[in-house]
Amino acid sequence: MSLTYDDVIAKYEPVLGLEVHVELNTNSKMFCGCSTTFGAEPNTQTCPVCLALPGALPTVNEKAIESTIKIGLALNCSIAPFSRFARKNYFYPDMPKNFQISQYDEPICVNGYVDVEIDTDEGLKKFRVEIERVHMEEDTGKSLHVGGATGRIHGAEYSLLDYNRAGIPLVEIVTKIVPGTGKYAPEVAKAYVGELRDILRSLGVSDVKMEQGSLRCDANVSLRLIGAEKLGTRSETKNVNSLRSVERAVRGEMIRHAELLNKGERVVQETRHFQEESGLTRSGRSKEQAEDYRYFPEPDLVPVEPDATWIEELRAQLPERPSVHRKRLQEEWSVPDKEMAAMINADLLDTVEATVILGSDPTKARSWWLGEISRIANEQNVSVKELAITPTDVAEIVSLVAQGELTDKLARQVVEGVIAGEGKPAAVISARGIKVVNDDSALMAAIEKACAAQPETAEKVRAGHLPAAGALIGAIMKETKGQADAARVRELLLGHLGQA
Amino acid sequence: MSSLSRDEVANLARLARIEMSEEELVNLASEFTVILEAVARVQEVASADVAPTSHPLPLRNVFRPDVTKPSLTPEEALSGAPASEEQRFRVPQILGEEA
Amino acid sequence: MIRSSAVEMASALAKGEITSVALTQLHFDRIASVDTDVHAFLHLDTDGALAQAAAVDAKRAKGEKLSPLAGIPLALKDVLVQKGIPTTCGSKILEGWRPPYDSTVVTNLKNNDIIILGKTNMDEFAMGSSTENSAYGPTHNPWDLSRIPGGSGGGSAAALAAFEAPLAIGTDTGGSIRQPAAVTGTVGVKPTYGGVSRYGLVAFSSSLDQAGPCARTVLDTALLHEAIAGHDPRDSTSINAPVPNVVAAAKSGDVKGMKIGVVKELNGDGYQPGVRARFDESLELLAKAGAEIVEVSCPNFEYALAAYYLIAPSECSSNLARFDAMRYGLRVGDVDGASAEEVMNLTREVGFGREVKRRIILGTYALSSGYYDAYYGSAQKVRTLITQDFTSAFTKADVLVSPTCPTTAFKIGEKSNDPLAMYLNDIATIPVNMAGIGGMSLPSGVADEDGLPVGFQIMSPVMKDERMYLVGAALEAALLSKWGAPILSKAPSLGGLA
Ligand SMILES: [Mg+2]
Ligand SMILES: [Zn+2]
Repeated sequence: MSLTYDDVIAKYEPVLGLEVHVELNTNSKMFCGCSTTFGAEPNTQTCPVCLALPGALPTVNEKAIESTIKIGLALNCSIAPFSRFARKNYFYPDMPKNFQISQYDEPICVNGYVDVEIDTDEGLKKFRVEIERVHMEEDTGKSLHVGGATGRIHGAEYSLLDYNRAGIPLVEIVTKIVPGTGKYAPEVAKAYVGELRDILRSLGVSDVKMEQGSLRCDANVSLRLIGAEKLGTRSETKNVNSLRSVERAVRGEMIRHAELLNKGERVVQETRHFQEESGLTRSGRSKEQAEDYRYFPEPDLVPVEPDATWIEELRAQLPERPSVHRKRLQEEWSVPDKEMAAMINADLLDTVEATVILGSDPTKARSWWLGEISRIANEQNVSVKELAITPTDVAEIVSLVAQGELTDKLARQVVEGVIAGEGKPAAVISARGIKVVNDDSALMAAIEKACAAQPETAEKVRAGHLPAAGALIGAIMKETKGQADAARVRELLLGHLGQA
Repeated sequence: MSSLSRDEVANLARLARIEMSEEELVNLASEFTVILEAVARVQEVASADVAPTSHPLPLRNVFRPDVTKPSLTPEEALSGAPASEEQRFRVPQILGEEA
Repeated sequence: MIRSSAVEMASALAKGEITSVALTQLHFDRIASVDTDVHAFLHLDTDGALAQAAAVDAKRAKGEKLSPLAGIPLALKDVLVQKGIPTTCGSKILEGWRPPYDSTVVTNLKNNDIIILGKTNMDEFAMGSSTENSAYGPTHNPWDLSRIPGGSGGGSAAALAAFEAPLAIGTDTGGSIRQPAAVTGTVGVKPTYGGVSRYGLVAFSSSLDQAGPCARTVLDTALLHEAIAGHDPRDSTSINAPVPNVVAAAKSGDVKGMKIGVVKELNGDGYQPGVRARFDESLELLAKAGAEIVEVSCPNFEYALAAYYLIAPSECSSNLARFDAMRYGLRVGDVDGASAEEVMNLTREVGFGREVKRRIILGTYALSSGYYDAYYGSAQKVRTLITQDFTSAFTKADVLVSPTCPTTAFKIGEKSNDPLAMYLNDIATIPVNMAGIGGMSLPSGVADEDGLPVGFQIMSPVMKDERMYLVGAALEAALLSKWGAPILSKAPSLGGLA
């Protein structure tokens, strides 16, 4: 009954469309002077404007416009010489005015693209995702549903509204339809959102924290028979809160659509909600009649007409494009493609880079983050970034190893301790009593003991057969409980046996 | 054409979130026939070559610097609330998802 | 004293002949004696006003420099928010709501030490031309209590005509300052759009609304205009330029060599004979004062009413969506198990009056997909044509003039069941709002057939508001010598006091 993904792609071609909402990190809200600080006490960051008190009027945050233009430029868009805000009218209690100030047919940025690369069995593949528009709008308040299942809208007895988030500037980035991704659709979707996030982060315009909701993705998916012209009916999946979920949601929807189509059923055009636990989507409450948003130009605001000088000033402020930046890092670090792709895929490039910036050797940093630390994250079934260890910790550990203060084996214990919440590396080292044995006299005692225990082996080394030293070193390391620096042990041992 | 049926008025009332009695729906539908006929006159001169004016003044690029200003106190913010709880506006159960 | 102009009161205050507290109290006494009949006020802030007056008296005693209208009482239309003072907009849906902030107009009034007596009655959310659409009952015209005082700002105009206040604030979306001024024999000005901040003015139709000064003389109106006008960064549509020099214009009244354009389309059939007679007479007086009278044609004005009744309802359908029982105001039907949507629906059914619902539904229709281009879109094109008509007319004349409204005050109830007949009242005032220019109405005498006041409208180009004050002052002076006394003195006196 249940189709495999291979069955789906053998028969159907997926078509993607992605809408990303980004909260800008301005100091004040889009249309009023209230602070945008995350996590404040409820309704402490509200005013007549963002509560939609009678008589209040919006005023446009200039920084938000600049950020949006920068986003447009970074996404290779043209900046519209004339753009306008419009009201999108619909009633919802978390939207105080019962209309959202957004942009409709006159958005500020249009027609751009983002190139993404994904690592496949057939090597690196490049896809171009075309951007239809980038426009400005405002966020809604947050509701807390009380009674019934916790926090769920269904079965709640009433809701409690906090309007601190209402009016925070949002930028909506909408792609054109993305055909031609074939079986890579889920990965392309993920790579696109990841690339977008990196671009936004490099621009410094948003915190881009998917888990806090400052970057939110809606994924539109439809299927058509391979070779067919006409687009299939799409579903729009909301609440996709991580890069991994983007991929899962697209894959899941492709399978769900294919199952319906194979049974001769219709895909319903609807909003669906992604459920993190199951990786499946559930239907949003279907509305008896379609909404009619009755868009019209916002009469309380005047048009935005950015002139060329302003646009060029903003263009000059653009940072290095993340794809260029990555190429540069790859060269500087001399990393093979495969490993570069692994870092990107694991979403750890920025973490490794941060560790390198703090002084770590690139290879060491990469090996810690993608090796031991990823292994622990995997074991605990969490993402690496949720672990308590930071680039500063890793850089410190790498440096301690380089100075011979820690052996690799001891360093692993320190990493474990930091992740276990025992504190910073120094705290873990002192609490656990971790210490490299670099007292030569203690080492010499262990060397003499090992040579006495294996006289033939010692004799071989003394006769110039160096590979035999391994067995002695092993015994010495065992004797010193792994706390000795193996390189120093070897040096002393060879000296002791006349091979220095 | 320039008239509205009872059902069309009912749909508009739904969009506008106004409960209406059957009598009101029927009355409004009949009033609208007269009103729409009068306002439909705008179409006589609204030819394609006329640009629309949505605003009386040709103002452009009016912005505010990104500086925070004091907000209301939560007490002031909630002062008009029909009901509140935990420093939040208390509202009846919300059915249906965000659009 | 209450029958004096604000300028005369100010001079009495300056000379120490009366204190602001006493002046304010005199007005509260007058209100107590006549407002049961007139019903101009919805709320009186007796304590606040007297405290404010005492503070002004104290400043004056200390010899502080005061603004020209310091200490003079004023009536505020209930559509402008004042911190802590009930603001209803004449609607049940806002009954009991006390705003936590001041509108910019109120801030400016307070900064000028003008004493705010209370809030005046109006058609619900400023939708109407008679003040009959107030949820709190109609206001009566002091000239004849069985007649309407105009609308939507009937309360402010009636307060002036009944000598309950020498100054008032109105708002004008399609004539709501000028038409009440005309039918009560008072002066009202709709400044250039963007001349006075809309921040804190509860929106009816954002692209048309404008607050403005109302008084009994042209100079008082100019002084109040200057007090409330000016750029406001909280209103993006506010004009960032110096306020036109309206006070100097009102003091000068020199119209020699000015070209006054009579709008052919606003002076024909459908205008009451007495209205036309007064209008023609005013033209003669202005000609005598040295102005040149020319005729101009604005052929697209005949579409203005239709366009207005699409644009204003469209904008209001969106502006009034916030009245949803969630954050403030009335909440109906919040019983166990009711949904937010049901409570919104019921609250809006009960909280809004007929005319408001009619316009919300009309606007919802005009904006809905499939009809937008035919209705809202076409109305916006008409707006362009009307603006072009004005632009071309202003190449031929410095100001344009017309009767303010086609008739004198009609009887309460006479048109309340015929929305179209009611809408026709605003035929001459609406084009001004569509183009965002300035408009003034001042009394030009009384109609022979009914003895009721007639209004004369003067229209000036964007940010040339001083021109209407020049012409208004000239006409006021000429009429004063012709009629021997201010037009308002022809009104029957109300109550015991005078
Ligand atoms: Mg949006
Ligand atoms: Zn705010």
